[in-house]
Amino acid sequence: MSDSPYDILGVSKDATQAEIKKAYRKLAKELHPDLSPGDKDKAAEFLKVGAAYDILGDKEKRRRYDAGEIDASGQDRTERQFYRQYAGADPEGRYQSSAAFNDFEDVSDIFADLFGRRGQGRGQERAGPGSAQGFAARGADLRYHLDVEFLDAARGAKRTVPLPDGQTIDLTIPAGVRDGQTLRLRGKGQPGSGGGPAGDAYVQISVKPHRLFTRDGNDIAIDLPITFDEAVLGGRVEVPTLSGPVSMNLPKGASSGQRLRLKGKGVQPGKGPAGDQYVRLMIVLPDKIGSGMEDLARRWRETAGQDPRKNMGSV
Amino acid sequence: MRLREHDVVATVRRLQLRELRSWVRAGWIKPARGDGGPFFDELDIARIRLICDLRKEMSLPVDTVPTILSLLDQLHGLRHQLHRLAEAVNQQPEETRRAVLKACRRLEGQD
Repeated sequence: MSDSPYDILGVSKDATQAEIKKAYRKLAKELHPDLSPGDKDKAAEFLKVGAAYDILGDKEKRRRYDAGEIDASGQDRTERQFYRQYAGADPEGRYQSSAAFNDFEDVSDIFADLFGRRGQGRGQERAGPGSAQGFAARGADLRYHLDVEFLDAARGAKRTVPLPDGQTIDLTIPAGVRDGQTLRLRGKGQPGSGGGPAGDAYVQISVKPHRLFTRDGNDIAIDLPITFDEAVLGGRVEVPTLSGPVSMNLPKGASSGQRLRLKGKGVQPGKGPAGDQYVRLMIVLPDKIGSGMEDLARRWRETAGQDPRKNMGSV
Repeated sequence: MRLREHDVVATVRRLQLRELRSWVRAGWIKPARGDGGPFFDELDIARIRLICDLRKEMSLPVDTVPTILSLLDQLHGLRHQLHRLAEAVNQQPEETRRAVLKACRRLEGQD
Protein backbone atom coordinates (compact mmCIF):
# COMPACT_ATOMS: atom_id res chain seq x y z
CA MET A 1 0.00 0.00 0.00
CA SER A 2 1.28 3.46 -0.79
CA ASP A 3 1.77 5.96 1.95
CA SER A 4 -0.69 8.42 0.49
CA PRO A 5 -3.43 9.11 3.03
CA TYR A 6 -5.99 8.78 0.23
CA ASP A 7 -4.83 5.22 -0.50
CA ILE A 8 -4.68 4.35 3.18
CA LEU A 9 -8.30 5.38 3.68
CA GLY A 10 -9.26 3.98 0.27
CA VAL A 11 -10.90 7.15 -0.99
CA SER A 12 -10.43 9.12 -4.20
CA LYS A 13 -8.70 12.48 -4.33
CA ASP A 14 -11.98 14.29 -4.88
CA ALA A 15 -13.83 12.53 -2.05
CA THR A 16 -16.03 14.77 0.07
CA GLN A 17 -15.26 15.29 3.76
CA ALA A 18 -18.30 13.15 4.59
CA GLU A 19 -16.99 10.28 2.45
CA ILE A 20 -13.59 10.52 4.11
CA LYS A 21 -15.15 10.45 7.55
CA LYS A 22 -17.26 7.45 6.62
CA ALA A 23 -14.27 5.55 5.23
CA TYR A 24 -12.25 6.33 8.33
CA ARG A 25 -14.97 5.17 10.70
CA LYS A 26 -15.31 1.91 8.81
CA LEU A 27 -11.57 1.23 8.95
CA ALA A 28 -11.26 2.34 12.56
CA LYS A 29 -13.90 -0.17 13.59
CA GLU A 30 -12.18 -2.93 11.66
CA LEU A 31 -8.70 -2.15 12.85
CA HIS A 32 -8.98 -0.84 16.39
CA PRO A 33 -6.32 -2.85 18.26
CA ASP A 34 -8.39 -3.06 21.39
CA LEU A 35 -11.05 -4.92 19.49
CA SER A 36 -8.48 -7.57 18.44
CA PRO A 37 -6.14 -7.77 21.43
CA GLY A 38 -3.94 -10.52 20.00
CA ASP A 39 -3.37 -9.13 16.50
CA LYS A 40 -0.08 -7.25 16.35
CA ASP A 41 -0.44 -5.84 12.83
CA LYS A 42 -3.66 -4.05 13.64
CA ALA A 43 -2.07 -1.48 15.92
CA ALA A 44 0.32 -0.34 13.19
CA GLU A 45 -2.44 -0.19 10.60
CA PHE A 46 -4.77 1.59 12.97
CA LEU A 47 -2.14 4.25 13.62
CA LYS A 48 -1.58 4.68 9.89
CA VAL A 49 -5.29 5.09 9.30
CA GLY A 50 -5.46 7.53 12.21
CA ALA A 51 -2.57 9.55 10.81
CA ALA A 52 -4.17 9.60 7.37
CA TYR A 53 -7.45 10.79 8.83
CA ASP A 54 -5.63 13.40 10.87
CA ILE A 55 -4.70 15.00 7.59
CA LEU A 56 -7.70 14.35 5.35
CA GLY A 57 -10.31 14.78 8.06
CA ASP A 58 -9.15 18.34 8.61
CA LYS A 59 -10.01 20.58 5.64
CA GLU A 60 -7.05 22.89 6.17
CA LYS A 61 -4.51 20.07 6.60
CA ARG A 62 -5.96 18.31 3.56
CA ARG A 63 -5.54 21.50 1.51
CA ARG A 64 -1.94 21.77 2.69
CA TYR A 65 -1.26 18.12 1.89
CA ASP A 66 -2.79 18.52 -1.59
CA ALA A 67 -0.64 21.60 -2.06
CA GLY A 68 2.42 19.64 -1.03
CA GLU A 69 2.99 21.77 2.05
CA ILE A 70 3.04 18.84 4.45
CA ASP A 71 3.94 15.23 3.86
CA ALA A 72 1.86 12.15 4.54
CA SER A 73 3.10 11.88 8.10
CA GLY A 74 1.63 15.34 8.74
CA GLN A 75 3.00 15.92 12.15
CA ASP A 76 4.41 13.88 14.97
CA ARG A 77 2.01 11.62 16.64
CA THR A 78 3.11 10.65 20.12
CA GLU A 79 3.23 6.95 20.67
CA ARG A 80 -0.15 5.76 21.77
CA GLN A 81 -0.52 3.24 24.58
CA PHE A 82 -3.47 0.99 23.90
CA TYR A 83 -5.78 -0.54 26.44
CA ARG A 84 -4.80 -4.08 25.50
CA GLN A 85 -1.24 -3.41 26.68
CA TYR A 86 -2.62 -2.87 30.16
CA ALA A 87 -5.62 -5.16 30.15
CA GLY A 88 -3.45 -8.26 29.85
CA ALA A 89 -1.39 -7.27 32.88
CA ASP A 90 -4.22 -6.43 35.21
CA PRO A 91 -3.10 -8.03 38.48
CA GLU A 92 -6.44 -7.81 40.25
CA GLY A 93 -8.49 -8.73 37.21
CA ARG A 94 -10.36 -5.48 37.76
CA TYR A 95 -12.01 -5.51 34.39
CA GLN A 96 -11.42 -9.09 33.27
CA SER A 97 -14.55 -11.13 33.33
CA SER A 98 -14.92 -14.84 33.87
CA ALA A 99 -18.43 -14.92 32.45
CA ALA A 100 -17.16 -16.65 29.33
CA PHE A 101 -16.48 -19.91 31.15
CA ASN A 102 -19.36 -20.03 33.55
CA ASP A 103 -20.57 -23.13 31.80
CA PHE A 104 -17.20 -24.89 31.84
CA GLU A 105 -18.17 -26.82 34.91
CA ASP A 106 -20.20 -29.08 32.66
CA VAL A 107 -16.87 -30.26 31.31
CA SER A 108 -14.73 -30.41 34.37
CA ASP A 109 -14.80 -29.47 38.02
CA ILE A 110 -11.14 -28.57 37.76
CA PHE A 111 -11.91 -25.81 35.29
CA ALA A 112 -14.78 -24.45 37.30
CA ASP A 113 -12.35 -24.28 40.19
CA LEU A 114 -9.58 -22.69 38.17
CA PHE A 115 -11.59 -20.12 36.32
CA GLY A 116 -14.43 -19.39 38.67
CA ARG A 117 -12.62 -17.14 41.07
CA ARG A 118 -11.60 -14.24 38.93
CA GLY A 119 -13.70 -11.24 38.02
CA GLN A 120 -15.74 -8.92 40.10
CA GLY A 121 -18.95 -10.63 40.84
CA ARG A 122 -19.83 -10.81 37.19
CA GLY A 123 -18.73 -14.37 37.09
CA GLN A 124 -20.84 -16.74 39.06
CA GLU A 125 -19.41 -19.38 41.28
CA ARG A 126 -20.76 -22.71 42.18
CA ALA A 127 -22.61 -22.61 45.41
CA GLY A 128 -22.19 -25.27 48.00
CA PRO A 129 -24.38 -28.36 47.94
CA GLY A 130 -27.95 -27.74 48.97
CA SER A 131 -28.17 -24.30 47.39
CA ALA A 132 -31.60 -23.87 45.87
CA GLN A 133 -30.54 -22.26 42.58
CA GLY A 134 -27.24 -23.99 42.19
CA PHE A 135 -25.56 -20.63 41.62
CA ALA A 136 -24.43 -17.95 43.94
CA ALA A 137 -22.97 -14.63 42.91
CA ARG A 138 -19.76 -13.48 44.48
CA GLY A 139 -19.76 -9.91 45.76
CA ALA A 140 -17.91 -7.25 43.80
CA ASP A 141 -14.32 -6.37 44.65
CA LEU A 142 -13.66 -2.87 45.92
CA ARG A 143 -10.57 -0.79 45.41
CA TYR A 144 -9.26 1.88 47.71
CA HIS A 145 -6.38 4.26 47.67
CA LEU A 146 -4.57 5.20 50.82
CA ASP A 147 -1.83 7.73 51.55
CA VAL A 148 0.55 6.41 54.21
CA GLU A 149 3.17 8.37 56.11
CA PHE A 150 6.76 7.34 55.35
CA LEU A 151 7.47 6.13 58.87
CA ASP A 152 4.20 4.15 59.07
CA ALA A 153 5.13 2.39 55.83
CA ALA A 154 8.68 1.67 57.04
CA ARG A 155 7.79 0.52 60.53
CA GLY A 156 4.31 -0.86 59.94
CA ALA A 157 1.15 0.54 61.48
CA LYS A 158 -2.52 -0.04 62.03
CA ARG A 159 -4.96 2.25 60.31
CA THR A 160 -8.73 2.54 60.21
CA VAL A 161 -9.82 3.33 56.68
CA PRO A 162 -13.16 5.15 56.36
CA LEU A 163 -15.27 3.98 53.43
CA PRO A 164 -17.62 6.22 51.44
CA ASP A 165 -20.63 4.28 52.70
CA GLY A 166 -19.83 5.10 56.33
CA GLN A 167 -18.27 1.77 57.21
CA THR A 168 -14.61 1.34 58.13
CA ILE A 169 -11.92 -1.21 57.45
CA ASP A 170 -9.23 -2.01 60.02
CA LEU A 171 -6.06 -2.26 58.05
CA THR A 172 -2.70 -3.56 59.21
CA ILE A 173 0.03 -1.94 57.17
CA PRO A 174 2.94 -4.39 57.11
CA ALA A 175 6.39 -2.97 57.85
CA GLY A 176 8.22 -2.29 54.59
CA VAL A 177 5.16 -1.79 52.40
CA ARG A 178 6.26 -0.21 49.10
CA ASP A 179 4.88 2.80 47.29
CA GLY A 180 2.26 1.58 44.83
CA GLN A 181 1.88 -1.81 46.51
CA THR A 182 -1.64 -3.22 46.76
CA LEU A 183 -2.86 -4.98 49.87
CA ARG A 184 -5.61 -7.52 49.46
CA LEU A 185 -8.24 -7.92 52.15
CA ARG A 186 -10.05 -11.13 51.51
CA GLY A 187 -13.81 -10.92 51.97
CA LYS A 188 -13.83 -7.17 52.66
CA GLY A 189 -15.48 -6.27 49.35
CA GLN A 190 -19.20 -6.15 48.71
CA PRO A 191 -21.33 -8.98 50.11
CA GLY A 192 -22.29 -11.77 47.76
CA SER A 193 -25.84 -12.81 46.94
CA GLY A 194 -27.56 -16.18 47.06
CA GLY A 195 -25.07 -17.46 49.62
CA GLY A 196 -22.08 -16.44 47.50
CA PRO A 197 -18.90 -15.22 49.15
CA ALA A 198 -18.11 -11.55 49.63
CA GLY A 199 -15.70 -9.88 47.22
CA ASP A 200 -12.24 -8.70 48.20
CA ALA A 201 -11.00 -5.21 48.97
CA TYR A 202 -7.80 -4.02 47.36
CA VAL A 203 -6.02 -1.14 49.02
CA GLN A 204 -3.36 0.57 46.97
CA ILE A 205 -0.73 2.29 49.09
CA SER A 206 0.94 5.61 48.34
CA VAL A 207 3.90 6.26 50.58
CA LYS A 208 4.43 9.96 51.30
CA PRO A 209 7.99 11.27 51.13
CA HIS A 210 9.87 12.05 54.33
CA ARG A 211 11.73 15.24 55.19
CA LEU A 212 15.00 13.40 55.96
CA PHE A 213 14.78 9.77 54.92
CA THR A 214 14.55 8.15 51.52
CA ARG A 215 14.04 4.46 50.87
CA ASP A 216 15.33 1.90 48.40
CA GLY A 217 13.66 -1.41 49.11
CA ASN A 218 14.47 -2.12 52.74
CA ASP A 219 17.44 0.23 52.84
CA ILE A 220 17.09 3.72 54.24
CA ALA A 221 19.25 6.65 53.18
CA ILE A 222 19.83 9.96 54.88
CA ASP A 223 22.05 12.98 54.29
CA LEU A 224 23.92 13.98 57.43
CA PRO A 225 25.39 17.49 57.67
CA ILE A 226 28.72 17.56 59.54
CA THR A 227 31.02 20.43 60.44
CA PHE A 228 34.48 21.07 59.07
CA ASP A 229 36.15 20.11 62.37
CA GLU A 230 34.09 16.91 62.65
CA ALA A 231 35.19 15.99 59.14
CA VAL A 232 38.88 16.56 59.93
CA LEU A 233 39.04 15.17 63.45
CA GLY A 234 36.34 12.50 63.36
CA GLY A 235 34.31 11.68 66.47
CA ARG A 236 30.86 10.58 67.45
CA VAL A 237 27.78 12.11 65.88
CA GLU A 238 24.10 11.48 66.43
CA VAL A 239 22.12 10.16 63.45
CA PRO A 240 18.32 9.87 63.23
CA THR A 241 17.12 6.35 62.34
CA LEU A 242 13.70 4.68 62.06
CA SER A 243 14.05 3.58 65.68
CA GLY A 244 15.28 6.91 67.06
CA PRO A 245 18.68 8.60 67.14
CA VAL A 246 21.82 6.45 67.36
CA SER A 247 25.43 7.45 67.91
CA MET A 248 27.71 6.83 64.95
CA ASN A 249 31.49 6.86 64.81
CA LEU A 250 32.78 9.34 62.24
CA PRO A 251 36.19 8.42 60.81
CA LYS A 252 38.96 11.00 60.67
CA GLY A 253 39.19 12.88 57.38
CA ALA A 254 35.66 12.29 56.10
CA SER A 255 34.63 13.80 52.76
CA SER A 256 31.30 15.07 51.48
CA GLY A 257 29.45 12.33 49.61
CA GLN A 258 31.12 9.54 51.56
CA ARG A 259 28.59 6.89 52.62
CA LEU A 260 28.67 5.10 55.94
CA ARG A 261 26.51 2.10 56.72
CA LEU A 262 24.52 1.44 59.86
CA LYS A 263 23.92 -2.27 59.56
CA GLY A 264 20.41 -3.50 60.28
CA LYS A 265 19.07 0.00 60.89
CA GLY A 266 16.86 -0.05 57.78
CA VAL A 267 13.38 -1.47 57.39
CA GLN A 268 12.70 -4.66 59.34
CA PRO A 269 10.12 -6.55 57.25
CA GLY A 270 7.85 -9.21 58.72
CA LYS A 271 10.10 -11.91 57.37
CA GLY A 272 13.61 -11.74 56.02
CA PRO A 273 16.59 -9.73 57.16
CA ALA A 274 16.41 -6.04 57.99
CA GLY A 275 17.76 -3.47 55.56
CA ASP A 276 20.61 -1.09 56.35
CA GLN A 277 20.73 2.64 56.77
CA TYR A 278 23.17 4.54 54.59
CA VAL A 279 24.44 7.85 55.89
CA ARG A 280 25.81 10.25 53.30
CA LEU A 281 28.10 12.87 54.81
CA MET A 282 27.74 16.50 53.78
CA ILE A 283 30.38 18.89 55.06
CA VAL A 284 28.70 22.19 55.86
CA LEU A 285 30.73 25.31 56.51
CA PRO A 286 29.49 27.97 58.92
CA ASP A 287 27.25 30.75 57.56
CA LYS A 288 29.98 33.27 58.28
CA ILE A 289 33.63 32.36 57.70
CA GLY A 290 35.58 34.03 60.50
CA SER A 291 39.11 35.36 60.11
CA GLY A 292 40.50 32.45 62.14
CA MET A 293 39.12 29.96 59.63
CA GLU A 294 40.45 31.98 56.71
CA ASP A 295 43.94 32.06 58.27
CA LEU A 296 43.77 28.33 58.79
CA ALA A 297 42.82 27.77 55.17
CA ARG A 298 45.62 30.03 53.87
CA ARG A 299 48.24 28.31 55.98
CA TRP A 300 46.90 24.92 54.86
CA ARG A 301 47.06 25.92 51.19
CA GLU A 302 50.73 26.97 51.54
CA THR A 303 51.83 23.75 53.22
CA ALA A 304 49.71 20.83 52.06
CA GLY A 305 48.96 20.52 48.40
CA GLN A 306 46.72 17.68 47.35
CA ASP A 307 44.66 18.41 44.26
CA PRO A 308 41.32 16.51 44.56
CA ARG A 309 40.72 17.02 40.80
CA LYS A 310 43.99 15.56 39.58
CA ASN A 311 42.34 12.31 38.45
CA MET A 312 39.56 13.94 36.47
CA GLY A 313 41.66 14.41 33.34
CA SER A 314 40.11 16.23 30.43
CA VAL A 315 36.66 15.50 29.12
CA MET B 1 0.39 6.59 38.54
CA ARG B 2 -2.46 7.96 40.60
CA LEU B 3 -4.55 10.63 38.97
CA ARG B 4 -7.43 12.64 40.33
CA GLU B 5 -10.47 13.46 38.20
CA HIS B 6 -9.09 16.81 37.07
CA ASP B 7 -5.69 15.23 36.23
CA VAL B 8 -7.48 12.69 34.03
CA VAL B 9 -9.33 15.41 32.15
CA ALA B 10 -6.06 17.29 31.70
CA THR B 11 -4.34 14.13 30.39
CA VAL B 12 -7.09 12.94 28.05
CA ARG B 13 -7.92 16.23 26.36
CA ARG B 14 -10.97 15.06 24.46
CA LEU B 15 -12.68 13.97 27.68
CA GLN B 16 -15.00 16.15 29.74
CA LEU B 17 -15.39 15.84 33.48
CA ARG B 18 -19.13 15.29 33.04
CA GLU B 19 -18.45 12.30 30.76
CA LEU B 20 -15.83 10.83 33.06
CA ARG B 21 -18.22 10.94 36.01
CA SER B 22 -21.04 9.35 34.05
CA TRP B 23 -18.72 6.54 32.88
CA VAL B 24 -17.67 5.86 36.45
CA ARG B 25 -21.31 5.92 37.55
CA ALA B 26 -22.18 3.45 34.78
CA GLY B 27 -19.41 1.15 36.00
CA TRP B 28 -17.44 1.33 32.73
CA ILE B 29 -14.47 2.66 34.67
CA LYS B 30 -13.70 1.44 38.16
CA PRO B 31 -11.25 3.81 39.81
CA ALA B 32 -9.96 3.24 43.33
CA ARG B 33 -11.69 5.16 46.09
CA GLY B 34 -9.75 7.36 48.40
CA ASP B 35 -9.81 10.46 50.54
CA GLY B 36 -11.59 13.20 48.63
CA GLY B 37 -12.60 11.25 45.52
CA PRO B 38 -11.59 8.60 43.03
CA PHE B 39 -8.02 7.77 41.91
CA PHE B 40 -7.21 6.55 38.40
CA ASP B 41 -4.19 4.50 37.28
CA GLU B 42 -2.67 3.54 33.89
CA LEU B 43 -5.18 0.79 33.29
CA ASP B 44 -8.11 3.14 33.91
CA ILE B 45 -6.59 5.80 31.63
CA ALA B 46 -6.04 3.31 28.80
CA ARG B 47 -9.63 2.15 29.17
CA ILE B 48 -10.87 5.75 29.18
CA ARG B 49 -8.98 6.35 25.92
CA LEU B 50 -10.57 3.23 24.44
CA ILE B 51 -14.05 4.44 25.37
CA CYS B 52 -13.21 7.87 23.91
CA ASP B 53 -12.32 6.09 20.65
CA LEU B 54 -15.53 4.09 20.68
CA ARG B 55 -17.72 7.09 21.44
CA LYS B 56 -15.95 9.93 19.64
CA GLU B 57 -13.95 8.43 16.77
CA MET B 58 -16.31 5.62 15.88
CA SER B 59 -19.46 7.47 16.97
CA LEU B 60 -20.85 4.39 18.66
CA PRO B 61 -24.12 5.05 20.48
CA VAL B 62 -23.95 5.09 24.28
CA ASP B 63 -25.99 1.94 24.73
CA THR B 64 -23.66 -0.22 22.64
CA VAL B 65 -20.60 0.64 24.73
CA PRO B 66 -21.43 -1.67 27.66
CA THR B 67 -21.97 -4.53 25.22
CA ILE B 68 -18.56 -4.00 23.67
CA LEU B 69 -16.85 -3.56 27.04
CA SER B 70 -18.48 -6.70 28.35
CA LEU B 71 -17.30 -8.73 25.35
CA LEU B 72 -13.81 -7.24 25.64
CA ASP B 73 -13.65 -7.98 29.36
CA GLN B 74 -14.63 -11.56 28.68
CA LEU B 75 -12.04 -11.76 25.92
CA HIS B 76 -9.30 -10.46 28.20
CA GLY B 77 -10.47 -12.80 30.95
CA LEU B 78 -10.26 -15.72 28.52
CA ARG B 79 -6.87 -14.62 27.22
CA HIS B 80 -5.57 -14.35 30.76
CA GLN B 81 -6.75 -17.84 31.68
CA LEU B 82 -5.54 -19.30 28.40
CA HIS B 83 -2.10 -17.83 29.06
CA ARG B 84 -2.15 -19.28 32.52
CA LEU B 85 -3.22 -22.67 31.25
CA ALA B 86 -0.59 -22.66 28.49
CA GLU B 87 2.03 -21.71 31.08
CA ALA B 88 0.88 -24.53 33.35
CA VAL B 89 0.97 -27.06 30.50
CA ASN B 90 4.41 -25.79 29.58
CA GLN B 91 5.69 -26.52 33.07
CA GLN B 92 4.69 -30.19 32.79
CA PRO B 93 7.16 -32.90 31.81
CA GLU B 94 7.60 -33.54 28.09
CA GLU B 95 5.47 -36.66 28.25
CA THR B 96 2.50 -34.86 29.81
CA ARG B 97 2.77 -32.01 27.32
CA ARG B 98 2.59 -34.46 24.45
CA ALA B 99 -0.40 -36.23 26.00
CA VAL B 100 -2.25 -32.91 26.37
CA LEU B 101 -1.49 -31.98 22.74
CA LYS B 102 -2.65 -35.36 21.56
CA ALA B 103 -5.88 -35.11 23.50
CA CYS B 104 -6.50 -31.63 22.04
CA ARG B 105 -6.00 -32.93 18.50
CA ARG B 106 -8.23 -35.89 19.12
CA LEU B 107 -11.03 -33.64 20.46
CA GLU B 108 -10.70 -31.34 17.50
CA GLY B 109 -11.18 -34.34 15.21
CA GLN B 110 -14.45 -35.10 16.93
CA ASP B 111 -16.09 -31.84 15.92
